[in-house]
Amino acid sequence: MGLTLHAENLSFAYPGRDAVWTNVGLTARPGRVLSILGPNGTGKSTLLLCLAGLIPTRTGRVLAGDRDLASLSRRTTARAIAMVPQTHSPVFAYRALDIVVMGRTPHLGAFASPSDADFHAARSAMETMGIQHLENVSYSETSGGERQLILFARSLAQGADILLLDEPTSHLDFGNQARTLSLIRSLADRGLTVIMTTHFPDHAFEISDQTALLARGRLQAVGATGEVLSPEALSSLYGLGVDIHRLSNGKTVCTVRREDP
Amino acid sequence: MVWSNPITRNSTALPSNRPYPRRPRPTLGSLAPWAGVAAIFCVGLAWGRYPVSVSDVLRVLGHAAGLPLDHDWPGVLDTVVMQVRLPRVLAAMLIGGGLSVAGAAFQGLFRNPLVSPYILGVASGAGFGAALGILLWNSPWVIQGSAFFFGMLAVTAAWGMSRLYRSSGPMIIILAGVVVGAFFQSLLSLVKYMADPDDKLPVIVYWLMGSLSSMTMDRLLTVCLPVGVCVLGLLLIRWQLNVLSLGDEEARTLGVEAGRLRLGVIVAVTVITASAVSVSGIIGWVGLVVPHLARMLVGPDYRRLIPASLALGACYLVLIDGLARNLTATEIPLGILTASVGAPFFAVLLGRGRTGWA
Repeated sequence: MGLTLHAENLSFAYPGRDAVWTNVGLTARPGRVLSILGPNGTGKSTLLLCLAGLIPTRTGRVLAGDRDLASLSRRTTARAIAMVPQTHSPVFAYRALDIVVMGRTPHLGAFASPSDADFHAARSAMETMGIQHLENVSYSETSGGERQLILFARSLAQGADILLLDEPTSHLDFGNQARTLSLIRSLADRGLTVIMTTHFPDHAFEISDQTALLARGRLQAVGATGEVLSPEALSSLYGLGVDIHRLSNGKTVCTVRREDP
Repeated sequence: MVWSNPITRNSTALPSNRPYPRRPRPTLGSLAPWAGVAAIFCVGLAWGRYPVSVSDVLRVLGHAAGLPLDHDWPGVLDTVVMQVRLPRVLAAMLIGGGLSVAGAAFQGLFRNPLVSPYILGVASGAGFGAALGILLWNSPWVIQGSAFFFGMLAVTAAWGMSRLYRSSGPMIIILAGVVVGAFFQSLLSLVKYMADPDDKLPVIVYWLMGSLSSMTMDRLLTVCLPVGVCVLGLLLIRWQLNVLSLGDEEARTLGVEAGRLRLGVIVAVTVITASAVSVSGIIGWVGLVVPHLARMLVGPDYRRLIPASLALGACYLVLIDGLARNLTATEIPLGILTASVGAPFFAVLLGRGRTGWA
């Protein structure tokens, strides 16, 4: 139980263009959350797609456990790695349960439809998320927070050991952000390997064991969150002064430094 | 483990204004549509200028199937039912069902409810092929072969173009299909322009409007196998179609080889539509609207949508072809009726119910 995701010497470029980033190496372990921070347009989402084996890298390799993703079929990869995309709306109005049971697809034969056992797995994943009452609700009519939970339930139903999250807290209100973060933390505590991209250093402080900083075409730092997220590193990452405060309740928050006139 | 603080509204008080999509139907209910198809099949055989009762139809069919029945009806009934009407009704079922399944598959594949099975240019290609066949050779077999060939060629060209641009998204092949379709449309215009206006041109125009009047058992058999195999293929992968309709990237995270599957679906749909068009001309509207009707009835889930489209499409075209044969003394082209009957019907349904897409 538990798979380590290990990437070494990755670089990525669109055909005929300069590299988006080079020499990226990181390791995510079971039971841990790894956050990837970086300014807009540095290729965080692209990196996540490469880690999921969805797009080929120019150099390097990604290992799930001891298996190179490049040598695995989509089906085998999907049994090891689940991805929660940024919330979206499908064209057709599927029931929430149908969306969740789609997570069982990598366990089905090419010509098979989900069995009762698959629906059972989907239902218990929805139960785990506390959304069993959404079962028959049309996915297109759910709120952003509910969609997030449905997609999380789908990734649980998928039964993968590695979970990749693309900005899981974007589009969510303040309360739902906090709930999603604690949800992610609990998923890691269940033994999943979690990698997420985020725009909020506070969220990395909140739940990440490890943090990676991606900027200017390379990984600026990767390591324990408390060590990587220094005021200097964040200031350099976002190009403005950042202060880090440790609060009396044990939490750590970032603020933008006030420019004195 | 249950999350103590779920990101959701109160689970005990569900708002009542939310429409609930139907659950999967029980086994007995799922047989009902097929009983409907059988009934429509008999009605199609009985309906015509020469009056035949449904019970006579059943007896003629039973006799032809080798049941021990006394042959106490006039022999002309055998000719009317078995020789004249049976090929037509079977063809209508095959083509109506095939086009509807093809349309349903394409709407999911391209994630667009406005897509018809002709979107990649197969109809324009086949129309040109048929017109060329009429102009140069005028043998039914050559016309059929030429229509099929150019229909396949048009879609292959669209696919090749999309590969050339090295874009994997579904949008580029739709655009390529539009381009190829426009090209063959202009070639078709050229052929029409050159055709003899007294002799060949009416044949071409009539062919393009679609008809099953020249259907024979032999012609039916030539398209039966390719259409049957491809419809069966789409039936088998109907769960994967669900996943693919979420988009390529998401389908791939769920373990589906999206690119390969899409190519397979395009091949199957193209073989179905090119085969259908090659024997019946261009029958529009069926492949666009029947999937929507089916979606209103059973929801968007392809596990039920594909069989429902097959059954509804078969019934729809048998009834439309019945109208085409019997409404007036001369036959009305199918392409005219499919839309003029279907459009008001669909307009009413659109106003009433859920359409099954967001």
